[in-house]
Amino acid sequence: MKYKRMTSESVMRAVFFLTALVSVLAVLLISLFLLVNGLPALAKIGLFDFLLGREWSPSDAPPLFGILPMIAGSFYVTATALIVGAPVGLLAAVFLARVCPPRLYRVLKPGVNLLAGIPSVVYGYFGMAALVPHLGASILSAGILLGVMILPTVATIAESALRSVPEPYYEGALALGAGHYHSVFRVVVPAARSGILAAAVLGVGRAVGETMAVIMVAGNQPRLPHSIFQGVRTMTANIVIEMGYAAELHREALIATGVVLFVFILLINLCFSALNRSSR
Amino acid sequence: MKISFQKNNRKFSEIFLGALTWGAALLMCAVLIYIVGFIVWRGAPYLKPSLFSPVYNSVNVSLLPALVSTVYMTVFALALALPFGLGAAVYLAEYARRGRKVVRMIRLATETLAGIPSIIHGLFGMLFFVTYLGWGFSLLAGVFTLTVMILPLIMRASEEALLATPDSYREGAFALGAGKLRVVFRIVLPAAAPGVLAGVILAVGRIVGETAALIYTAGTVAQMPFAETGPPLVDVFSSVRTLSVHMYALTREGLHTNEGFATAATLLIVVIAVNAAAARLAGRVGRNGA
Repeated sequence: MKYKRMTSESVMRAVFFLTALVSVLAVLLISLFLLVNGLPALAKIGLFDFLLGREWSPSDAPPLFGILPMIAGSFYVTATALIVGAPVGLLAAVFLARVCPPRLYRVLKPGVNLLAGIPSVVYGYFGMAALVPHLGASILSAGILLGVMILPTVATIAESALRSVPEPYYEGALALGAGHYHSVFRVVVPAARSGILAAAVLGVGRAVGETMAVIMVAGNQPRLPHSIFQGVRTMTANIVIEMGYAAELHREALIATGVVLFVFILLINLCFSALNRSSR
Repeated sequence: MKISFQKNNRKFSEIFLGALTWGAALLMCAVLIYIVGFIVWRGAPYLKPSLFSPVYNSVNVSLLPALVSTVYMTVFALALALPFGLGAAVYLAEYARRGRKVVRMIRLATETLAGIPSIIHGLFGMLFFVTYLGWGFSLLAGVFTLTVMILPLIMRASEEALLATPDSYREGAFALGAGKLRVVFRIVLPAAAPGVLAGVILAVGRIVGETAALIYTAGTVAQMPFAETGPPLVDVFSSVRTLSVHMYALTREGLHTNEGFATAATLLIVVIAVNAAAARLAGRVGRNGA
């Protein structure tokens, strides 16, 4: 009897362990399949021609596969989103963590979660009908829309960073005669800075990886833009728009675009977890 | 004079900072209300019965096939992700010794997986499930892609719920002579159930709103997923579109923007309901866990 129980214990332990390994397996498979399918194109096109080429014209003869316009597109759109979303997100986090009356919090917090939960296509529809008619299908439209989309991400992470600052910091500032907001902004916020930075980095990750909403408002022209009122195509948009009809080298080049995006995301995630660790 | 000037200055900046934080919070609320209001206002007038016809054609632009496919997709993906996510969470919370190399690797992988954007999940799904395993654009390929995507979400929510269960529960059960397995299944998991459920509901929201991961895995065919023998049996190798993909397809065609907004309103209402349910459950967890 006892023997039987011991085995079922250890068998289930092994089963739990194996289920935990699924995420490791998934990450390995994702990396493997992206690399195996994307690297041949990099080899054929040449790493520098691919990353720094200014011309993306897959139907030309010979076809040109330079993704610099798309890298620039992702960069400009993300930077705009950060300028729009990060300050408001940080201030909203201060409000949620330090200012908000508890009864208001019970309404506001689900509101923030809902803002995070609205599907990106719905955001895209909103952007198409509310932003594009005024600002054009442009970097600005995409940046503002993405700014709204990363707002809840920044606010949530920054809020928890602010909440993890020990209470005596705030009380000490108050005791020294600083006002409520002074204590918060001059003492609590600086104390939480690496967590707040982590929030911004996670926002960047969201913005770089966002696809559907951007496609619907950014215009998607694969060219280096001269102003924020021009349309751009991001790396994510490039994949979705052309994958449907691409073949051979064109298709491989799109997968390689995915590889470049993947590497960017991994670097951003690395920054995020490093900052997160140092904030603890 | 100087002192009173400084005092005024301080008072002024105190008011200024206050206005800034309240302003940001108000702006956030205003944006949320504006977006939700805008979508509902644009979409609601077009929510006609013809949108819910059982068969899609280019005249009625029915969203029902997409809605039914979404339900199946969600149920299947959860049925796959829940056992794995829950098992992994149990291992991490109840069995794993902290600091072990494998444990750190699992955490790193889970974090990475959570940060991967959906388009990359979609690319992987296309390369692995659709092409390498030869499933084609299919419900099944979509389900597996989504499973990988929501796995870290379910793992994290479940682990937090398990860790929030007081140790005294476990100690009490051990003291009565229960084995580890019994403690996990009969004591810890039931106590953690609301938290796990909150995670599941969040995952539902994620699945329902997903587009980029599905276009090149499940495809974009607007049809019911049913097998030839008829409902409720499904043909897992048939290509289907979910509500979100349906909306995107409508913008591509450019002819049915109004119906698109009606679909957006429907989707938004689903998401609001899902979020409200998750919030209620999470609230209950907070009260119990403390």
